[in-house]
Amino acid sequence: MADHPTHTEHIDSETGKLGMWLFLFTEIFLFSGLFLVYAIFRAKYSADFHVAAAELNAFIGTINTVFLLVSSMTAAMALTAIQKGNKRLTLILLLVTLLLAALFLVNKYFEWSHKFEYGIYPGSPVLKNMSHGELLFFGLYYMMTGLHALHVVIGMILLTINVVKVKLGTVNSERYLILENSALYWHLVDLVWIFLFPLLYLIT
Amino acid sequence: MKNDEKHISSYSSLVIVLVILLFLTTISVLVTGFHLGAFTVAVALIIASVKVYIVLTQFMHLRFENLFLRLAVAGVFVMFALITIGTFIDYFFR
Amino acid sequence: MGNEPEVSYLEYQGRHKGIWSWLLSTDHKRIGLLYLYAVVFFFFVAATLGLLMRIELIAPGRTIMEPQTYNGLFTIHGIIMIFVIVIPGLAAVFGNFFLPILIGARDVAFPKLNLFSWYLYMTGAFLGVASQFLGSGPPDTGWTFYVPYSVESGTSVIWALTAAFILGFSSILTGLNFIVTIHRMRAPGMKWMRMPLFPWALYATAWIQVLATPIIGITLLMVIAERVLNIGFFDPALGGDPVLFQHLFWIYSHPAVYIMILPAMGVVTEIFPTFSQKPVFGYGAIVISSLAIAFVGYFVWGHHMFTSGMSYYARWFFSFLTFIVAIPSAIKVFNWISTMYGGSIDLKPPLLYAISFIFLFLIGGFTGLVLGSLATNVQTHDTAFVVAHFHYIIFGGMGFSFFAAIHYWFPKMYGRMYNNKVANIAWGFNFVGFNLLYFPHFIIGIQGMPRRAYDYLPQFQTGHVLSTIGAFILITGLILMVINLMVAARRGAKAPANPWHGVTLEWMIPSPPPHENFDEIPEITTQPYFFGSKDKNKE
Repeated sequence: MADHPTHTEHIDSETGKLGMWLFLFTEIFLFSGLFLVYAIFRAKYSADFHVAAAELNAFIGTINTVFLLVSSMTAAMALTAIQKGNKRLTLILLLVTLLLAALFLVNKYFEWSHKFEYGIYPGSPVLKNMSHGELLFFGLYYMMTGLHALHVVIGMILLTINVVKVKLGTVNSERYLILENSALYWHLVDLVWIFLFPLLYLIT
Repeated sequence: MKNDEKHISSYSSLVIVLVILLFLTTISVLVTGFHLGAFTVAVALIIASVKVYIVLTQFMHLRFENLFLRLAVAGVFVMFALITIGTFIDYFFR
Repeated sequence: MGNEPEVSYLEYQGRHKGIWSWLLSTDHKRIGLLYLYAVVFFFFVAATLGLLMRIELIAPGRTIMEPQTYNGLFTIHGIIMIFVIVIPGLAAVFGNFFLPILIGARDVAFPKLNLFSWYLYMTGAFLGVASQFLGSGPPDTGWTFYVPYSVESGTSVIWALTAAFILGFSSILTGLNFIVTIHRMRAPGMKWMRMPLFPWALYATAWIQVLATPIIGITLLMVIAERVLNIGFFDPALGGDPVLFQHLFWIYSHPAVYIMILPAMGVVTEIFPTFSQKPVFGYGAIVISSLAIAFVGYFVWGHHMFTSGMSYYARWFFSFLTFIVAIPSAIKVFNWISTMYGGSIDLKPPLLYAISFIFLFLIGGFTGLVLGSLATNVQTHDTAFVVAHFHYIIFGGMGFSFFAAIHYWFPKMYGRMYNNKVANIAWGFNFVGFNLLYFPHFIIGIQGMPRRAYDYLPQFQTGHVLSTIGAFILITGLILMVINLMVAARRGAKAPANPWHGVTLEWMIPSPPPHENFDEIPEITTQPYFFGSKDKNKE
């Protein structure tokens, strides 16, 4: 029995999932550091935060929320599809998820560049002239949405890997741990946004 | 170990979950129109928490998982709440 | 046990040959050794920096270096010692090597991730050292990176921050791996309450690693953003709050102290039963106190900030919780002593180190209460007293426990015995040198000697001279200890499978362990420390 090293043995799904969940915990805590900072400055400068949040376009924010929620559902459906062995549907659903993620980023890009046009970016002279609370709000806005966007990109990479693996058949109705974990990651991206959205866009 | 029975969420149930989530989002957006003062944030956060709970249990299949994992996820949020309280003990009374 | 000769993990030939069979190995034992060599190497780098600082402080004024050099030295000494050696130290070296064996598994849950953590660790470690040479001069903020100075300092702080970030990530992955391993890979019959106590300590530690480390990650990112993008979270001129940084920093860095000390407690908890030939006293109490320390230790971070202008209620709250943490720590001390009580004590080097651990940990712990009380803290805050306190905890606690661990498990890891007499002599040097090095700091600290100071008043010189002498004695002992072990690894007498008559699982397999650890995964039927009728365990 010793000639078959355990090191190459395939990881069973419960183990892999537990590992992923623990990783998600660290992600939650990574963001919660920022949420804590937000909470403190929000309490200190609540009036300024209201003024600053009015600058954000709640409509774009809402659209992006819808994109992420729908993409979360398609990711969950992709898992259902692979469990049922429907390869074609899995691929379609994964691609739809990727498309929605890309739309989210495009939206974000326009939102950010719009802000940049008005001279609102970290360290800009316009920001320096604003009140402290507004300045911190935009600092947090860029930090939080930036970090979130980074996670969207990582999630997209994971989903793309899954598209390839499903196509090759290495992810199939018997073994779909990677897809399951990537979907979990994608839902986390959604979770973070669910909190970010009201805190940044809806406090006017 | 093959104790993980396949728990497959049906497509229709996922669609229902999405509809609920979108409904809650709409409420959350509409509520900002009313002037609830200090309650605005509270309402927004409560709705967000409900949404997060739904995503965790439905999309992330937490309702199928074992008790330990469910407690751990809850624990993570409790932990964050406690840290926030600890920090605010400083900021509130400064 | 089968009779066919098993290939030991040291000789095992996998897919890769030569050095690559180590650098690409996913065997938890080899990764453990990789960590060991790295930790020892960086330890001597940082110890040399420490020694240079001691030489500088032997007399007031300039002795061998400029003030700015001194600032760089204590910063990088701290960064290496804390992030590269003490935090990963026991968990990554002995945890990797022995956790799977102690719970009857063939490897950790994610072997490749384990190897990846090591590479992250090495990247972070070398980046930390490189920050001394890269960019615009050695960072001079101290390992705590306090703002506003860490934002304003013109030195290459960003490199050091990045290094700490990467090391944190590595630590997270190790912790994650251990939690999953313990949950999923225990041998059949090993219920939670049949698990040995070193794995229990690692389990509690791993949770802190997973739940606290991300906070420092985001905090360091914020400081980087502050430096690069001028955001202003911590800059009062822009509305930010420097005290907020201290909160965030210590939300991680205080639990990090428990990342350091919990595995150390776990190690000595393994050693006392073996060398007393007696079951551990109060198994359940030790388990619960480990978890309690991990949990309560999470909420005492504010005691580093009593003089930072925190609110009165916050100071009261954090001081109170600090005293609460002392309770489970004390429970453990009573348990260790009660384990030895009435046992047939065999005073071999591992036990010697373990007993000195209790002694030094007690001094460190009690002086911690001095620092944890609000009134005395004001007098001793940021003085040499603090330096003495945390060196007693970190070096006297974690360091001596590391030495205990290496002497305890060396025969198993290398399959050879070291020279007991030399090990005892080295222990003597270490113990005397350590106390002479750090105890004077308590006294000059109370008298008012500030920490991290390059120059000092003449009245503190006696203390500093004694301390420097101690440093030289200590380094002699350390070198002697390492040479003894290195010689033993090459030429020591062959070690039997169970040289100390231990009863935990690692002693049931050959020394050094075979590649797969266990021929057949053992079936666990008893408590872990069952000395009663040995044949039952040994079969």
